[in-house]
Amino acid sequence: MAKSVRYRSIVSVNGPLIIVDNVQGVKLNEIAEIDVDGETRIGQVIGIEGRAAVIQVLQGTTGVSIGRSYVRFTGDTLKVPVSEEVFGRILNGLGNAIDGGPNVIGEKFDVNGYPINPVTRLPPRDFIQTGISAIDGLMSLIRGQKLPVFSGYGLPHNMMVSQVIRQAKLLRRQEPFAIVFATLGVSSEEASFFRMELERARALDRTVFILNLQSDSTVERIIAPRVALTIAEYLAFEKDYHVLVVMSDMSNYCEALRELSLARGEIPGRRGYPGYMYTDLATIYERAGLVSGRNGSLTQMPVLSMPDDDITHPIPDLTGYITEGQIVLNRNLHLAGVYPPVNVLASLSRLMKDGVGERYTRKDHFEIYTRLLSAYAEGSRNKELSAILGEETLTSEERKYVRFTEVFEKRFIKQGAYEERSIDETLNLGLEVLSVLK
Amino acid sequence: MVVAEDIPNPMMGEVVLVGEKNLIGEVNRISGNRVFIQVYEDTGGLKYGDRVVALGRLLSAELGPGLLGQVYDGLQRPLEEIAKQADSFVKAGIRTRRLDHEKKWRFIPVDNPPRKVVGGEIIGKVEETMVVTHMILIPPNISGELVYLADEGDYTIVDQVAKIKDPQGRMLGVTMVHEWPVKTPRPFREKLDPEEPLITGVRIIDFMFPVAKGGTAAIPGPFGSGKTMTLQQISKQVDADVVIYTGCGERGNEMADLLEKFRSLTDLKSGRPLMERSIIIANTSNMPVAARESSIFLGVTLAEYFRDMGYNVVLIADSISRWAEALRELSSRMEELPGEEGFPAYLASRLQGFYSRAGKVTTLNGKTGSLTIMSAVSPPGGDFGEPVTQKTLQAVKVFWALDSELAYRRHFPAINWLQSYSLYIENIAFWWELNVSEGWRSIRENMLGILREEDELMQIVRLMGMGALSDRERAILETSRLIREAFLKQSALDFKDAYSDVRKTFAIAEIIDYYRQYLLEAVSNGIPLEKALGLNIGEEILRLKHLSSDELAGETTRLKERIISELSELQRPVEAQHG
Repeated sequence: MAKSVRYRSIVSVNGPLIIVDNVQGVKLNEIAEIDVDGETRIGQVIGIEGRAAVIQVLQGTTGVSIGRSYVRFTGDTLKVPVSEEVFGRILNGLGNAIDGGPNVIGEKFDVNGYPINPVTRLPPRDFIQTGISAIDGLMSLIRGQKLPVFSGYGLPHNMMVSQVIRQAKLLRRQEPFAIVFATLGVSSEEASFFRMELERARALDRTVFILNLQSDSTVERIIAPRVALTIAEYLAFEKDYHVLVVMSDMSNYCEALRELSLARGEIPGRRGYPGYMYTDLATIYERAGLVSGRNGSLTQMPVLSMPDDDITHPIPDLTGYITEGQIVLNRNLHLAGVYPPVNVLASLSRLMKDGVGERYTRKDHFEIYTRLLSAYAEGSRNKELSAILGEETLTSEERKYVRFTEVFEKRFIKQGAYEERSIDETLNLGLEVLSVLK
Repeated sequence: MVVAEDIPNPMMGEVVLVGEKNLIGEVNRISGNRVFIQVYEDTGGLKYGDRVVALGRLLSAELGPGLLGQVYDGLQRPLEEIAKQADSFVKAGIRTRRLDHEKKWRFIPVDNPPRKVVGGEIIGKVEETMVVTHMILIPPNISGELVYLADEGDYTIVDQVAKIKDPQGRMLGVTMVHEWPVKTPRPFREKLDPEEPLITGVRIIDFMFPVAKGGTAAIPGPFGSGKTMTLQQISKQVDADVVIYTGCGERGNEMADLLEKFRSLTDLKSGRPLMERSIIIANTSNMPVAARESSIFLGVTLAEYFRDMGYNVVLIADSISRWAEALRELSSRMEELPGEEGFPAYLASRLQGFYSRAGKVTTLNGKTGSLTIMSAVSPPGGDFGEPVTQKTLQAVKVFWALDSELAYRRHFPAINWLQSYSLYIENIAFWWELNVSEGWRSIRENMLGILREEDELMQIVRLMGMGALSDRERAILETSRLIREAFLKQSALDFKDAYSDVRKTFAIAEIIDYYRQYLLEAVSNGIPLEKALGLNIGEEILRLKHLSSDELAGETTRLKERIISELSELQRPVEAQHG
């Protein structure tokens, strides 16, 4: 059979890429197996140039030899097996089990998925409770939304994300809820932190854990979010789960994309990131949503680190243009001992209005949100003024607002890492801190 | 990017079918016997040696009854039809007709058919929706003697409804549908000066920074500044006959929301669903990038087609930055030398080519039609200095600068009044004088003057506090607050406020200006500002926007009387003391 042809014609090895010459019938995106001294590595055809195929090798090219290694094409695209047995499992970025158990058995789905037809999308509705007041009260997460966390190096986003994973729930308990959590390029310490957190909360049963470590190959990092989303799509659109996909840290993903693009000799765009990064990120983030005729939903909470806390850096900038809002963490709040250090003025959930209020949370939710936010904005302005002009220039009314900001930060935003607040508690707390203004 | 060899007589821009799935592509460069092809669908699965079939025609739109209410992708494939065939996801290689060829439409021929017809001539009509009558046009590129015109009756769009004998004596059959290459502007007789404003019901646009019918406008804004919200509000309310909304590389959920609104909301004029006068082109950010590039051209071609029937058409392109990025992506795949920030050197000329398809024209059939283009720009990092924003500003006449600072303060629409501009003031001043009031230009200038002064005063306040200002200056701040809060700020969610007709818009502006004059006069006559503000006239003005324009008339008269009597009442004892 033609498919079992082994090619020894590797003519070039460059970073994660190899080029095999004189191949026949090889298709774009097809999976290749590369034999490196008896070890089989997986590669994907990402270009066909005449009779040569350009292959990105998922486990890296160290050890690939032009004389000894050979390549076989499988005729198949990159797929991942899916079934409801994935719950509680730990998989690597390619979907293989790494928890000591057997590989997941199930129908195989193409990891790239297909774009949801815009006419069959349903606008996101309804609320997901994270148990964190700043998020639930002021930038609510809506089913089908993609709401990223914009963080910075050294900020406690891992803590916050693990809290979301432990606590997230739907208000109507009878609806099935699942979490797909993908780490992208994290250290092994972070990985064991996440694992312990999940075990401690006994949250593993409803969670699929996809672990991509710093030490894993660049190419695997490109595949990992797609594997996570393929599993999530299966759970959401075939099995009616409401799925929350958390991916951390997308900045590592973008770096991998850059590395690969430069290795291919592509013309770099802003800060060296490829010109197609917007489109590429969109093929990940746009897999969130609701589809008519299916009961489930796919919600995403990607986490990214802003290099130098710069929100105009290409990674947060392009992300912000695709996602529906952002949760911004702030260094000053963190230094002031406020956890989670959410900058509520810079944060926004664009879909919030479609998932809060009488039908979903509480009738007064939106009103409390508006009042808290405008009081906090007012207080923050006054605080800035008093920093320049001295506190004595403020009127007593203005000082009241400054006092409000402090109470608001200390009581409403600040919360224990293991403290779970229901939406009722959050809103009542909101009313309570507003009473400072009376 | 696919390279094919030995295609006989390849043509630049020619449509080709690639591989086993017949993926749609377009010839992008010809070099010796090699042809570079940009493929409009996912290229996964293509292999060396796959066949390429050239179709001998340019990438074209199919124009005829059945367009209205459709949701197309960038290649004019009806997405509803695709959903029926392929479930909820868009896969490569799906083929559907662009228009329904089986459906019968009631064709009504014109009363006195001319003996000789030229391209663009109207030979009949179809009541396509309750709102829009679809004129049946002779394709622009044929003319001759009309030897047959069908009687009134039910025809499909591929049935012959007319026969023409061209100057060479050939008989040409005419149906209700024709093809037009999307990258070629449709011809017209003459371009006219735009002189009528396009009314959107948004006060800051209609009154401050208006766009003319047939004009061009750009709305750049960083993410989160409410760009798409503003464009959606405009497309719902605008006084156009046909609206074409091109969602180019934007969010899927946003398109879903837009579709839901267009289906459920009704047009202000006719009370019919908005979809009856709209076409939506949805090429979201995760759909193939080449089709994103073509979606803008498809949109403008459909728009020109309705313009040629004598309609006022609005094309909304959201967003032109995504289109420019698609261009960049494709250019870099072709390994072209990059220009500024990696964009190809032809970015400026392509953009100008696109915007120049806007305009008010005398059509080939002698009617007047207009095509207004509004485009969103999404500058990376919110930096207006980047190439796409700058080249857009070079080409358009109206600039609505969205400001995230305003959005942050929940001031919507978040259009910055100091940075925005309109170059149509001269053109449309006469229309305002004729239809609303002669006061428009002077009140508008007064208001902008106050807003500029506010900006200067606030810099002083920031440094030295409110205490540093005189009463007159504080009266200016009070007026500017009213301009901002009672006039510029407009809620898209409050249905009484969301649409402000020109009478209402003018009435609110006028009363603010009126109050400004009396307030400044009172202050200059020595009345302490606190006393004047104690009358709470400002609070009453703030309530006006929640009234309909009929209710408003009585209110403003009453307010004017209050302003005169109460403000002069305050002044009387002071004058008496002086006397």
